[in-house]
Amino acid sequence: MVLTFPLLVIRVNTTEKIVTWRWENLLYMGLGSFAVSLVWPMLIARSRAGRTRNEPQRKEESAPPQKGLARWLKPGAIDSRAVLALKVLALFAALIYPLVASIYQVNIMASALIYVGLGLGLNIVVGMAGLLNLGYAAFYAVGAYTYALLNHHFGLGFWTVLPLGGVLAALFGIILAMPVLRLRGDYLAIVTLGFGEILRLVLENWNAFSFGPSGISQIERPGLFGMAFTVASATTYIYYILLGVIAITIFVTARLQNSRIGRALVALREDEIACQAMGIDKTAVKLTAFALGATWAGFMGVIFAAKTTFINPASFTFLESAMILSIVVLGGMGSVTGVVIAAFILQLLPEYLRFLADYRMLLFGLTMVLMMIFRPQGLISTENRRTAYPMMDKILAAGNK
Amino acid sequence: MERILDVTRLSMDFGGLRAVNAVDLTIGKGEIVALIGPNGAGKTTFFNCITGIYTPTEGDIHIQLPGSPRLRLNGMKPNRVTEKGLARTFQNVRLFPSMTTLENVMIGCHCRTRAGVLGAVLRGAGTRREEDGMVEKAYGLLQRVGLEKSWNEQAKNLPYGAQRRLEIARALATSPFLLLLDEPAAGMNPQETMALKDLVRRLRREFDLTVLLIEHDMKMVMSISDRVVVMEYGKKIAEGTPAQVSADPQVIKAYLGEECDA
Repeated sequence: MVLTFPLLVIRVNTTEKIVTWRWENLLYMGLGSFAVSLVWPMLIARSRAGRTRNEPQRKEESAPPQKGLARWLKPGAIDSRAVLALKVLALFAALIYPLVASIYQVNIMASALIYVGLGLGLNIVVGMAGLLNLGYAAFYAVGAYTYALLNHHFGLGFWTVLPLGGVLAALFGIILAMPVLRLRGDYLAIVTLGFGEILRLVLENWNAFSFGPSGISQIERPGLFGMAFTVASATTYIYYILLGVIAITIFVTARLQNSRIGRALVALREDEIACQAMGIDKTAVKLTAFALGATWAGFMGVIFAAKTTFINPASFTFLESAMILSIVVLGGMGSVTGVVIAAFILQLLPEYLRFLADYRMLLFGLTMVLMMIFRPQGLISTENRRTAYPMMDKILAAGNK
Repeated sequence: MERILDVTRLSMDFGGLRAVNAVDLTIGKGEIVALIGPNGAGKTTFFNCITGIYTPTEGDIHIQLPGSPRLRLNGMKPNRVTEKGLARTFQNVRLFPSMTTLENVMIGCHCRTRAGVLGAVLRGAGTRREEDGMVEKAYGLLQRVGLEKSWNEQAKNLPYGAQRRLEIARALATSPFLLLLDEPAAGMNPQETMALKDLVRRLRREFDLTVLLIEHDMKMVMSISDRVVVMEYGKKIAEGTPAQVSADPQVIKAYLGEECDA
């Protein structure tokens, strides 16, 4: 209360040179903190109780015979058909969305989809390989500037630059990865943070190359066999492009997770020394992780530039990197579904909470704090995920005969 | 006997400390050699030098396989050493805790398989076959160490003894000719230790292995090894059959201290 006193109670009106004392705010503050102090221990106690409740259940699961209720409590026991139905429904809703929603809504959704893509890309680096990257927006910028500059100078189209942006971003990913191969944890985070800022500052100050802080405008929207679009149909078109790219991203990440390379990434996260002792080339795996992650940022950058038709360095600040990282953390490290949901929450919530304009950042922060306390593993935890190995079913079936 | 591992005058310095001091060691094919010594004698450092985690300050490490040229291991990265056929376990179990038992062993197959990013995404027939082969091999190894029932459990949820056996299975998945075990029986009860002894012997037979192990459990050392090497303060102080070593006055001195005349 003492700390917030100058902020909340005193208001200095500079135009009329008077000081207003808002004593009633002090009362609200007091009541508010009193309520929080009442509810807080209760919530903590509940979360603790939940944890102890879960322990005996876990033991039951490992016991072989499972009948009735116990089987339903098992992770992954939810009918896979229900999950499939949900997925189909989500896809269907996504496909018809532009037909039923206004162009404004479609635009918001497209922005959210960009963050889904960025989240999924960063998820490869942070979620799977455990390499904390705080400069992810730099690769996003590489993609965006690739398209903007190539379009501005050479008139190259969207579809030509899309793969180029990915490749170039991957290249930057490798350039960044080279010097940081030996680092991990906090040190790695700091270097990547620095890298992101360096790139942004270069773009801001190298006027001859990047047109500085004023940015590049009138970037072409993507075309479809030379057809001209109105603004509305262009937005819809971008939305569908994004949907397609996201579908590919999800497919690739899912495949990657359940593969030799994906397992190597996870092994690297879990124990670096054991990983090397098992014959995994640490250097190669780290480079792969950085390059893969950066590739998606590059794709998204190109699409972003094409969508907004204007970019400047202010779009690629550290705040952007932090936002993408929060998506991954909130969603649950390594979980594709979690990241998708979290991207929508973090992007759409502030958008639809505009009527609370003054408080939305406050709410945002509060949500994050609560998440960290009550569900630190993220919305969807990958803790108990099991990969299905078709070969295993064969072996077990053969063994039972 | 054919010599497969040749270590000559190996030394390792950490700043002013000489952790391993001019140690010679030769291992023949099919032998089980135990490396013993008091705490801090430099046994694990010696292991780390051989497996490439440390680059030795002086001396040479060579491997010699029948039908292939003599190969110098100094300064090779750990993953390259593993590729050459030396696999190890760790003193303090280092599994991949949140991966399943099967996946832990599958990681061991990594350096014997090839599928890359493109293969992972496209998942062609070749990649699928490789993946199936990996699962099959991993499950087979789990059966060898008696962990096949818990193939789908997370490594961190396994009991301690099982984790140790899983580490051995994971090491075997790299298809080694030389297995280096760093205190495999640490923290095990006598029954488990005896079972482990039988397991190591059986694995040697089945996989045509040579084993170098660090161990503190004297019962295990005496009953399992063909040869025992004793280290103290970074130096090799004795070498011979278990019987010879246990009668060696220098070894007794190292373990029990000097006799007092007064």
